[in-house]
Amino acid sequence: MNTTPTDTAGLEQIALKVREHIIRMSTDGGCFVGASLSAADLIVYLYTNFLNVNSSNLDDPDRDYLFLSKGHDVPALYGTFAELGLIERDRLKNHLSTSDYIYWHPNTHIPGIEFHSGSLGHLPSVAMGVAMDIKIRGGKNKVVCIMGDGELNEGTCWEAVLVANAYKLDNLIFVIDRNHFQANMPTEELIPLEPLQDKFAAFGASVKRIDGHSFEALHNAFSTYPFEEGKLNVVIADTVRGRGLPSIERRADRWFCNFTATEVEDLLKELHGEKVTQLTSETLVVR
Amino acid sequence: MTYEELLTETALSDDRFIVMTAENRALIRNLPGKLGKRFIDTGITEQTMIGAASGLAMRGRIPVVHALASFLTMRAFEFVRTDAGIANLPVKLSSFVPGFLSDGNGPTHQAIEDVALMRGIPNMTVFAPADEQDLVGMLPQIWNYPAPSYVRINTRKTDYQHRPFEIGKAEIISKGEDVTILTYGLLFEQALIAAEILKNEGMSVGLVNMRSLKPVDEQAIIEAVQSSAMTVTLEDHFVTGGLYSIVAEVLLKNEVSGKVLPFALNERWFKPALLPNVMSHEGFTGKQIAEKILGYSTRAVQPEVSVPQFSE
Repeated sequence: MNTTPTDTAGLEQIALKVREHIIRMSTDGGCFVGASLSAADLIVYLYTNFLNVNSSNLDDPDRDYLFLSKGHDVPALYGTFAELGLIERDRLKNHLSTSDYIYWHPNTHIPGIEFHSGSLGHLPSVAMGVAMDIKIRGGKNKVVCIMGDGELNEGTCWEAVLVANAYKLDNLIFVIDRNHFQANMPTEELIPLEPLQDKFAAFGASVKRIDGHSFEALHNAFSTYPFEEGKLNVVIADTVRGRGLPSIERRADRWFCNFTATEVEDLLKELHGEKVTQLTSETLVVR
Repeated sequence: MTYEELLTETALSDDRFIVMTAENRALIRNLPGKLGKRFIDTGITEQTMIGAASGLAMRGRIPVVHALASFLTMRAFEFVRTDAGIANLPVKLSSFVPGFLSDGNGPTHQAIEDVALMRGIPNMTVFAPADEQDLVGMLPQIWNYPAPSYVRINTRKTDYQHRPFEIGKAEIISKGEDVTILTYGLLFEQALIAAEILKNEGMSVGLVNMRSLKPVDEQAIIEAVQSSAMTVTLEDHFVTGGLYSIVAEVLLKNEVSGKVLPFALNERWFKPALLPNVMSHEGFTGKQIAEKILGYSTRAVQPEVSVPQFSE
């Protein structure tokens, strides 16, 4: 919470480091790199500017909560935790090792992870339960749940919106990482979601739709929390799958990636605008 | 022949077949173009897919449905039980990355109670092929059988030449007096290795591929237990409700007793990592299995466990 809200340059520096961590986790077994890169900026923003969460208050019942329901974007969360000092940077090298708990989905062996995920459409309701208890106790904590847009196929997401509306949970914020893809293809080519803002609004939520890679836009939206008294807050963050790496951006075939060591070095340079990578590793389209 | 080739050929020659998925296309990537309207992707909606498959089956179709094993069996459980099960509709479940095959995904993706859940549904049939050849050999009968089915998809390749499949029959690989290993699915590969090591140590070893788990081959289980000093059940499943439980039920029902050693996961999920590391960490490589049965270490060399082509 040290970065001032207007310090977008500082936030961009953190986000760049987070993206480096994500790229380094995309080899030796790989990870869901595209979805992690789309979520990186909003996760960095939330932990630096919005959430009252730090390494010394992780067990404090008055802390804010972030639930990563999408789950497979967890490298973005681990990268953020490493940069903000919640976990040791070196620990990320244990990715997929049986000696640690850093694998393809979140789990509570990692400090700062509130709940495990990986099965889509679970955490909107878990987060809602936490928000309900905070309301019952009269607390001020904020509860954020990040969901993927593909995840919105699951009916339980919409059940949670209906119930949150019934219980007037204005301390609950659903953030949609709207990267416009699900595993195999663009969302609008499979199960169309648009007009997404209208759908949430029709269910009773107060909705903002923003550029999820603009720290200014993120700040403008979240600084007006709670959006409306007695209403579930929904932020649709329009993002780009693979953001930061032009060679994989918006490519349906680059969802889960297991790059070679050389490709990782090239992608790190690409991230810094130094070159464009020629990817030769097998295209994995199946996760 | 691959799974996809068989499904393509089957569906193109019989228009009762509908191929469905809850956005899991790993094994059916080329089918949309070939089947046109008979390919249906419902998005990430396992429950809705099973409900729709039941509606299609009501109208005389044979839906072959695809999703990750954990979501197909657990997310959609009540729909499988209530829509396909109660109505006894031929909804054919193809479950992807069951058991250890979910490697680095974590407990959310670990289907290691799927056999227990599926075999508990009246009318449901349950199968677990040892490898791709076994899978492709069994599916035509399963898909044409007038009941709902659950198949643990396993497309790994082994050198073993399987004998023709029959619903309700196990495949007896060998018979032995000292120990008989009963197994299914992915671990068949490791059981072959374990059996070889045990034979080299002078043991008389039996091995049975329990590929039809429901209906199960009761006679094969009884013969194994009666003819060898010890029976081993080997499975990438919770000890509760899987093969160990099936064997216990069969023995009790037939008033047979014997010494049965289970290799299974007892009240815990497995450590997520790449498959070869999962196997060795959990003690399920052929060498580890053999040495646990023997009670001592050997100089046997464990062949490399290949990383899955798809490790979703």
